[in-house]
Amino acid sequence: MREIAVQVDNLSKMYRIGARKQRYVTLRERIAAKVTSLFGCQEVAGATNTMWALKDVSFGVKQGEVVGIIGRNGAGKSTLLKLLSRITAPTHGRIEINGRVSSLLEVGTGFSAELTGRENVYLNGTILGMKRAEVTRKFDEIVAFAGVEQFIDTPVKRYSSGMYLRLAFAVAAHLQPEILIVDEVLAVGDADFQKKCLGKMEGVADQGRTIFFVSHNMHAITRLCKRVIYLEDGQLRLDGSPHDVVKTYLHSGLGTMAIREWLDPVKAPKSDVARLWAVRVKAEDGQCTDNIDIRKPVGIEIEYEVLKPGCKFRGAIDVCNDEGVLLFIALEQDPEWRNRVRPPGRYRSTAWIPGNYLAEGTMIVNVAIDTVEPYEWQFKVRQAVAFHVTDTTDGDSARGDYAGEFPGLVRPLLKWDTLFGADSGR
Amino acid sequence: MESHAQSEAQTGQSRRKLIIERPNGLLDIDWSELWEYRELLYTLVEREIKIRYKQTAIGASWVLLQPLIAMLIFTAIFGRMAKMPSDGIWYPAFILTALLPWGYFSQAITRSAASLVGSANLVTKVYFPRILLPLSMIVSPLIDFALSLLLLFGLLLYAGIPLTWKVLTLPLFVLVAMLTAMGVGLILSTANVKYRDVGHAIPFLIQIWMFLSPIVYPVSLVPEQYRLLYGLNPMAGVIEGFRWALLGKAAPDPVVMGASIVVFLGVLIGGLAYFKKMERDFADVI
Repeated sequence: MREIAVQVDNLSKMYRIGARKQRYVTLRERIAAKVTSLFGCQEVAGATNTMWALKDVSFGVKQGEVVGIIGRNGAGKSTLLKLLSRITAPTHGRIEINGRVSSLLEVGTGFSAELTGRENVYLNGTILGMKRAEVTRKFDEIVAFAGVEQFIDTPVKRYSSGMYLRLAFAVAAHLQPEILIVDEVLAVGDADFQKKCLGKMEGVADQGRTIFFVSHNMHAITRLCKRVIYLEDGQLRLDGSPHDVVKTYLHSGLGTMAIREWLDPVKAPKSDVARLWAVRVKAEDGQCTDNIDIRKPVGIEIEYEVLKPGCKFRGAIDVCNDEGVLLFIALEQDPEWRNRVRPPGRYRSTAWIPGNYLAEGTMIVNVAIDTVEPYEWQFKVRQAVAFHVTDTTDGDSARGDYAGEFPGLVRPLLKWDTLFGADSGR
Repeated sequence: MESHAQSEAQTGQSRRKLIIERPNGLLDIDWSELWEYRELLYTLVEREIKIRYKQTAIGASWVLLQPLIAMLIFTAIFGRMAKMPSDGIWYPAFILTALLPWGYFSQAITRSAASLVGSANLVTKVYFPRILLPLSMIVSPLIDFALSLLLLFGLLLYAGIPLTWKVLTLPLFVLVAMLTAMGVGLILSTANVKYRDVGHAIPFLIQIWMFLSPIVYPVSLVPEQYRLLYGLNPMAGVIEGFRWALLGKAAPDPVVMGASIVVFLGVLIGGLAYFKKMERDFADVI
């Protein structure tokens, strides 16, 4: 039986919310607070709002296991990594670690702009826990991996951001700890380099090292990990095979992200001419879902009520990706209602976004209602609904059989014509 | 953060067993871990020295230029204009002998106080014994100091003041300056993590401390009954020691020396305890 590499028991971490909001307190405030408390004002006690970033988390990891950690923002993933890598101390509980740990929470930690590439490789390497002799031994390999041979004696402030990231990652990729802790660092560099890094990680995993890997990229998680831990609100929600856990994770938002309904007229977005009733995300079959297959169309349904007669209406949606980049705007374009005055009453308009059009990832939908002639903006609901688009590995989507990172704002499946012997054919 | 590590030799490779939990020891310093991270200390010192003189026109010449100019100005103002007594020692030599250890001390304090906050990106992203940050800033000005000693020896040679066996005791006084700076640097760098007031207070602190040290004037100027109080400043002992070792001045007042030693040990231990107590929360507060 393999030895336990990491044993986590009842791990908890508490933060004081006040202390987190303010970057730092000044001595004067501290003294002022002390003085007020002396005179019986109890304001100080109220300031210590606490929040459990992690609560009673326990699990054991054997040597050589590659464990993915997933969860929404604020679920405690980063806190767990920080505790595992000893950056911060737990409030309760304990962690037992057998083996040398290296953590990669950021690419290029400790890089100094003024120093040359060579100096930074040594600096970064020793900060990440390598011995200088070890860096010297791997130096040529690191530089070759990053592809910055000619610039190695140039200060890194003269590097392009791509070169900088490649060099930084190259150092990290050559760490050889027994336990490696990695936070979303693969989200750097160009696609080629990411593929190289993913390959390197797989190599590390094959050598029987224990890896903790945090990512929002479910594809990378399922590809690299043999086991996935799903955190929710600081607690361990599920721990198991990647397939099951990722599936649960992706479905966990159902009903909260895919549907928004306003039954209470006071809370509903409205103006004196219209009121919104609901916004829903629908799959092809009309079912509400927030998990959409990249190949299938997705419908955004807006349900609203016209309150005032004699107006021409138009619903509108805009779709952003999870980085907040606006992908497109769509105005209601049903020929039947074009330039027609709408009688008061309930309407339901659905915009169908075709399959093989959106990229992979979380899409956020903003909804607005306008009146036209004259144009008047009635109201807008930001982040009304959201859904996840998941790509497939079946080979019939735009990515084909390529399994690595696949950037781009949209991912249309184009018609390709490939001719054999095209030269001679002319 | 504490960690109790036991190294076990295992097939030639050392495997560490590490327990991470809420620490409670006050002066529980993991010496074997510090030893293991010695190369990082070296790297941090190297980084500090390299960055300091990158993209400067005259580079490391600043190390000699700064005390030289300070010596000239102090000699002009205090030596010539104010006619400050110097126990019969040629004033430029008198002042430079004090300016060098003082310069080291003030640099070490200023740099180490800013060390944790200045490396916040390291503190929040990677683990290593945090004490290496202030420690590296205590060590790195030593290089400047060693170079500037050349200036001092040149001046002594020029003034015809002979070196004796006493010069061999210098490292001892340097050590006292280092450890005092370490204690003060630990306290200030730790406080700075939470209270950025420290950054504003340091220039004042350094200035006031300088006038409380026998730099521009001799200790003999301090009334007898205040000597013990005066000696509570460890730098008084260090500077007196320097003048004794290099200028053939009378042996330092034992009262001053004794008080200096007690205080510097207190500051050092207090600094370590405060640092260890706060260390676990650095990444959350910084």
